[in-house]
Formats: sequence, structure tokens, C-alpha cells
Amino acid sequence: MTAIMKRELASYFTSPLGYVFLAVFYGFSGLFLWIGCLRVGQADMGVVFSMMFFIMLIMIPFLTMRTMADDKRQKTDQLTLTSPVSLIGIVAGKFLAAFAVFLCGVIVTLVYAIMLSVAVKAVDGAFAWAVFWGNFTGMLLMGGTFISLGIFISNLTENQMIAAVGSIGANIALCMFDVIAGYVSNETIKGLLNNLSVFYKYSEFTIGIFSLKNIVFFMSLIVIFNFLTMRTLDRRRS
Amino acid sequence: MIEVTNLTKTYGSKLAVDNISFTAKDGEILGFLGPNGAGKSTTMNILTGYLSSTSGSAKINGIDVLENPIGAKKGIGYLPEQPPLYLDMTVNEYLSFVYGLKRCKMPKRSHLGEIKSLTGIEDVQDRVIRNLSKGYRQRVGLAQALVGNPQTLILDEPTVGLDPKQIIEIRSLIKRLGDNHTVILSSHILSEVQAVCDRIVVINKGKLVADDTADNLSKSLSADHKLIIRVEGREKDVKPLLEQIPDIKTVRVLREAEKNVFEYELNPRKGKDIRREVFKRMAARNMPILLMRGSELSLEEIFLKLTTGDFYGNEGSEDE
Repeated sequence: MTAIMKRELASYFTSPLGYVFLAVFYGFSGLFLWIGCLRVGQADMGVVFSMMFFIMLIMIPFLTMRTMADDKRQKTDQLTLTSPVSLIGIVAGKFLAAFAVFLCGVIVTLVYAIMLSVAVKAVDGAFAWAVFWGNFTGMLLMGGTFISLGIFISNLTENQMIAAVGSIGANIALCMFDVIAGYVSNETIKGLLNNLSVFYKYSEFTIGIFSLKNIVFFMSLIVIFNFLTMRTLDRRRS
Repeated sequence: MIEVTNLTKTYGSKLAVDNISFTAKDGEILGFLGPNGAGKSTTMNILTGYLSSTSGSAKINGIDVLENPIGAKKGIGYLPEQPPLYLDMTVNEYLSFVYGLKRCKMPKRSHLGEIKSLTGIEDVQDRVIRNLSKGYRQRVGLAQALVGNPQTLILDEPTVGLDPKQIIEIRSLIKRLGDNHTVILSSHILSEVQAVCDRIVVINKGKLVADDTADNLSKSLSADHKLIIRVEGREKDVKPLLEQIPDIKTVRVLREAEKNVFEYELNPRKGKDIRREVFKRMAARNMPILLMRGSELSLEEIFLKLTTGDFYGNEGSEDE
């Protein structure tokens, strides 16, 4: 697993992919920080995090598009799948590598928070660190979900572009549940759809609700998608 | 030691491998021969655990590939048809990735150094694989299979894309490796199999059609040693003379090789050596024999015979 993770991580930075991802991530988070906090004199970073949702939705598929698809196209899966590595090792290695790059991006929000907390202190206020950590955790879980879904979709095709577009589509679909819920009159179904919507759950993090329920929800999604990747990988052998 | 028992693989309704059984003993180089689409690569992919089998079993060093895939894979070095190279890595990076992937315990530097010198890729070790020629890529692929010094090597067309000098090098390398490894090697190139392998398994359309040494295959297929001769003189004079020889069953005129020189195929009675008799009779009539050779089948002919005709069936039918 570590060998695969190291290789994947290195490949993000031997190609422009990792740099472009981080540049976009840093650029937009900086922009949202200016719009949501600096310009209006606000220390609550909720706006930054909720806007970053859409950046993640579009950018993470580019991070994951080649994880599996390229292995298949270049037939390097014949090396990994015939090596003494378990399927879990392969999928986890790829997931963790993409997650590490994503983490490099997310970590910048910590820098912003420190900056803001210093600024808030200057005017004798208190920076709400608890809210920030809630947001931060939410973003990691959301990103992890998009990454595992992206890897799963990448595993279904040999073409990176199809993987990217498919993942963006799937990400959008994952967030559409609460939009659909808006048109449903039946309260039970409405509640169910709302509960399945990742955007709804993520929004709860950004408005400062930190619930174990939501953490378990995202964790399960990550496990489920990684498990599906393993299953499809195994199924390909037959 | 590789044991394949009743291996079958179907893709949907298409039968790719049909009930194949064979074994490769320790230290044996087994040649895997067959036309395109015969099921060679599929069989190799099953042996290495890349594909699953529909039924039957494959054991590597006594470990079943299906039951204990990780255990079996530890003992295998596999070079697929298309070398599984990460084009964005340098040769050194790639080999140390494979080293980590296979969880090798040997001293890394000396082990990889040895492999690089064996496969002759020291000159390119710091180059990005994308920029290497096909021959070098093939050799890096072979190097990858050798990492961890696995007991069993499975090589799918290892000399494809190499220049003649490299082919000879790689063949002699494989021969050397065969001393202390079990090697399965697939190839289209018959002379290669003949030169390198101890034993040959021929498969066609997913079925095993022959499993023997190259010499034995050649002998068993050309059981009746036909004789080809070229004699100067008119056909209508020579043919009756040949037909008078009692040990000759049939005489067939093949073609006019040169002006007034005809080529004949003589089919002797079983176990009879007719060469001296033919020489004496022709010499007596002052009809010079310009060429005389046995028609023992070359591997090419065996191959064609096995993969197009029925091997164990009626061999004489071609004569008519």
C-alpha cells in the first residue's frame, strides 16, 4: 500500500496536475476569504467553506480521473494486480495519495484562520476556533467522499476525460437530493432525500453544526465507494 | 513448479481456454506456442492472478492462485505482453517502486543494481521511461519481473520489439535464468522457442495440441522420413527408374528446379533407408543427383501442421 501511495503522490507532482489543483484551490479559497471575510470585516469563515464546496465538486474529479483509468490504459494494472498486494492496499493507496494532495489544499484554510484570529484579537474579539474545526472536518470528509467517488468512477473507464466528466456529474447528482426534496410534498420522502444530500449535510458543518451523525454519514460514503471500487476491480478479473 | 489442471476460461459464450493441463518442473523453461488469439496470454494472466479462471486450477510452487493469490503472487515475476511501465517515472524510480510493491527484503541497492546489469539497462537508469525506445522498455519490463528474485518467471513474448543483437542477449539471459528458475515463455517466433526452451506446449483455439520436447515433436510428426532429391535428366526417364526401387512406395514429381533438373519426393516403405540405392541406380545411368535431403519437419512446419491440420489424426492425407 505504501509503495502505491508513494508512487501516486509522486505522480501528482511530476505532472502539472497536483500544482494546478493546488493553485486553483488556493486561488479560490483566497478569493472567497476576501469576499466573505476581509472585505466585509467578518471573522466567520463559513462563507469560505460553503463556497469551496463547489470548487471541490469540480476540481476533485481532476485529481482522481486518472487514478484507475490510466492504470488500465497503460496496462500498469497488470503489475499492481499481479503483485502480492491486496485489493484494499491498491485502493487505499490511491485514495490516501489523492487525499494527501487534497489535504495540502485544505491546510491553507488553517493559515487563513490563524490570520483572522490574530486580526480578531487586535480588536479584542475571540475567534471561534470550534466552529472553524467543525468546518475543517466537514471539508475533509466532503473531499474524501468526492475522492472515493471519483476513484470509483475512474475505475469504470479507460478514458481520463470520461472519468472526470462522469465524476463531476456524479458529484452533482450526489448534491441534487435536496433540490429534488424541494419539489416533494410528502414529508417522509422529503426528509429522506434531505438526509441523503451531501450538500445539505455539508451545509450543516458550515453553519456551525458539528454532529456525529454527519461524520458517520460521510465516513460511510467513503467506505462504500472505496468498497465498490474494490469490487469492480475484482469483478474485472472474470 | 507450475501445475495447471483442467484450466478453462470463458468470456461470455466465447471459450478462450479449453481444459488445458500441463506442468512445468523446477528449473525448466517451458515454451508456450500458438497463433494469435490461441489463449496464450489468457492462460498466463490466469497463472499470475490477473484474471480468474472459470474452472480448473493453477498452482505456483504448490500454492493455488485462486485460493491464496497473495501467497502465489509472491513467487512470480510477470512480464505481460505490453510491459506495465509508468511512463512518467525514471527507470530507477520505477524499479524501486516495484521493489516496494513486491515487499522485497533483499538489500535494495545491490539487488536492483544486479538486475539492471543483467538486463543491460544501466545506461538508461536515470531516464524517464516515456523517452525510452521499445527495446529498452521491454528490458525494463523484464527487469521489473526479476525484482525480488521470484522462483517462477512468466514472460509473455519477451523479445518483441528488440533488435537482433538484443534478442540474442535476452535469449541467453533467459537461458541462464532457467538454471535456477522455472520459466514459462510465450512466443510467436518458433526458432526462439526451439533455441531457448526445454519443452514446448502448443495451444490452438484454447486447446492444448502438443506437449513435448522440440526434437520429439519433430520426430513424431515426420514419422515417415521422406526424401527429396533433384536429378538431372528428363522426368520421363528418371521417374520409372526410381519407381523400380523396391523399397520406394511412391514417387512424386514436385517441380522443375532448374532447366532439365527435376525435384522428386520419394516416400520409402516404413523403416527403410533408400539413400544408397537411389544413388547407385542414378549413378549407373549417369544421371547426376544434384541434391538429396530428408524432409524432417522444421518447427515452422510442425507448428503449421499442429495449428491448421489435425495432429494426431491422419497424417498421410496431405500426400494426395
